[in-house]
Amino acid sequence: MESTNLDQLAYLDCAASTPVRPVVLDSMMPYLTNQFGNPSGAHRLARSSRRAIDDAREVCADLLGFDPHGIVFTSGGTESDNLAIHGVCGSSGIAACPATEHHAVLYPVESHRGRIIKVTPEGDVDLEHLEAVLDDEVSLLSVMLVNNESGRMIDLEPIAEVRDRQAPRALLHTDAVQAVNWMDIAKAAARADLMSLSGHKFGAPKGVGVLATRPHVELNAQLLGGGQEAERRSGTHNTAGIVALGCALQALDESRIDEIHRLGLLCNRLAEGLVAAIPGCHTTIPKSRRAAGLLQLLIEDVESEALLVLLERFDLMASAAASCASGAMDPSHVLAAMGVHRTAAAGSLRLSLGWCSQEWEIDHALEVVPRCVEQVRGST
Amino acid sequence: MSRVLVAMSGGVDSAVTAALLKQEGHEVTGVTLKLWGGPQDQGCCSVSDVDDARRVAQQLDVAHFVFNYGDEFDEHVVRPYVVAHASGLTPNPCIECNRHIKFDALLDRARRLGFDALATGHHARIVQTGGGLRIARGVDETKDQSYVLYMISQDDLEMLKFPVGEMTKMQVRELAGRLGLRSATKPDSQDVCFITASQGRARFLSDRLELHPAEIVDTEGKTLGSVDAVELVTIGQRKGLDLGGNAERTYAVNVDVPSRRVVVGGAQDLLSQTVRLTDHTWVGQPYVGLIDAQISAHGQPAAAQLNSDGSLRWAETRKKVAPGQAVVFYLNDAVVGGATAR
Repeated sequence: MESTNLDQLAYLDCAASTPVRPVVLDSMMPYLTNQFGNPSGAHRLARSSRRAIDDAREVCADLLGFDPHGIVFTSGGTESDNLAIHGVCGSSGIAACPATEHHAVLYPVESHRGRIIKVTPEGDVDLEHLEAVLDDEVSLLSVMLVNNESGRMIDLEPIAEVRDRQAPRALLHTDAVQAVNWMDIAKAAARADLMSLSGHKFGAPKGVGVLATRPHVELNAQLLGGGQEAERRSGTHNTAGIVALGCALQALDESRIDEIHRLGLLCNRLAEGLVAAIPGCHTTIPKSRRAAGLLQLLIEDVESEALLVLLERFDLMASAAASCASGAMDPSHVLAAMGVHRTAAAGSLRLSLGWCSQEWEIDHALEVVPRCVEQVRGST
Repeated sequence: MSRVLVAMSGGVDSAVTAALLKQEGHEVTGVTLKLWGGPQDQGCCSVSDVDDARRVAQQLDVAHFVFNYGDEFDEHVVRPYVVAHASGLTPNPCIECNRHIKFDALLDRARRLGFDALATGHHARIVQTGGGLRIARGVDETKDQSYVLYMISQDDLEMLKFPVGEMTKMQVRELAGRLGLRSATKPDSQDVCFITASQGRARFLSDRLELHPAEIVDTEGKTLGSVDAVELVTIGQRKGLDLGGNAERTYAVNVDVPSRRVVVGGAQDLLSQTVRLTDHTWVGQPYVGLIDAQISAHGQPAAAQLNSDGSLRWAETRKKVAPGQAVVFYLNDAVVGGATAR
């Protein structure tokens, strides 16, 4: 096997996925072994699973600022986004979102006669265009809190104000999949009617997520069957995953303020160091508006798919824009929406930190990224 | 040991290429090129082909990447293909892909990434001759692909490896089977990768190009009928000319797109002794003199004289070469150069 020993790999791709926290792994183990009962059952083993899920639901509700009845456990961010958009719009609703949303939002929105909102060159929602786009016909507006590619943080308050004015009946959904690590989510999403989360972005395993909803939200289930999750999402509960998500959210909440500070300092050092060391390299989002640990760079005269091969050879794991079905890098729709030319966008590099990130990884990146850029640029 | 980048299409030849190089002790990295984003039912870059390539890389325990050359492919292969048809030429997109993508953009990237060699699954050999390195025919004559590689320079040949060129296709499949590689029994890819078998060339071109009907005339200028799309007629073509009972013995002998005319004639009207050529490339020094020339990927070579004005004269009259087709020159089964018929 190719070596994947984390002690020797500088992993700066936490926006793609994070390792499961040890405390989280411990929390979920009983539900993968002895406590395996189906939580929908009626016996003692079933009840112990059910209780674990209900405990996790309360933790989520408490930390996310939603009512426990409004917490729907899903298989992850994509399902949560799809459930929110299809579940609210039904067969006739119209959806709207900015052009920079994750495809898990963008494509479902487009399928509901989607109205796509322009963004500014710095990745913020163009409020004038939002104002023009929203009207009484719109059922749902979806705006993410932190962009997964650029790290741009978006303030929901002015967006909610436009919604209140132009389309008061439209529900506001937010994809908070990246944001949960970088902001007090209960506060940041206070104006949202629905919110999506994905466990593996903050120390829980892949395959579990949340759609949090306010009491007034009526959701048409997309998966029909046994009626789990108050008939909003059928399918046997992923007990271990749900327990893990609750535990990870708690661990995140306890450390978030310190971690934003710690990782923010590391990420700033990384950004400043790379911009200084690499000619023709700049950040896409101003420091005050980017999430503390998510850094996107545009590097001139570099194709990032080549750069990533070289970075990996020097044990640095990073990423560029979104990958397509084949695994090839597709030109970034986020950068295109921000007005970045296709050629320039081909040189994007995303370095993202998380709970597992350590100082030596930043030192390593500061050493190898400039060297690799120079090599990839080298003429032959 | 050296660091080798292997272009893996998902097919059996490139899978065995990677396996052989790994067996030889090289540090192998696999790469699959994503070239075409449109509809596709066969060829070398559909999602299932990438899956096959990745799975073989996993079986061999080598790293695998996907490079997106979609923009370059569109610019250098697909658009010129359409433009060529619009001008009544017969393009060869595989050659243009080799010229601009595999043995230019990819090779350049391989160098910049510090690879010592780039390997592909082509059935061809690289041999040392008195005139330096040259592409020679693969051991399996029925699978020989030297024709589509004629544009590779000697500098670039130093960086390339074609290990399956030393094997027959049967040996390649046997080895793939022995190694348990996923693609061992996968059928060979055919035709142009961006044109689907279900929709065909006519549909592909009609989506990108205005097709024009044309009259069919004989060599005396007498009108015999018409075709729906002059852009789709190739010199030497017999089928699809809708001339009733005469079709069996009638060929397109001249295609004039601007005046929307296809001239048809008998087999003797198709014969020619001289081929006018353009865009010559040479593997080493330009050559004048007797050679064998080949005018299609799996066609038979024939003796000819390369003239100092760049034209070619067959030893015996032969069927006309359609303008746009590549003509490749061989000396003792090794490529000395090639050009495009005018």
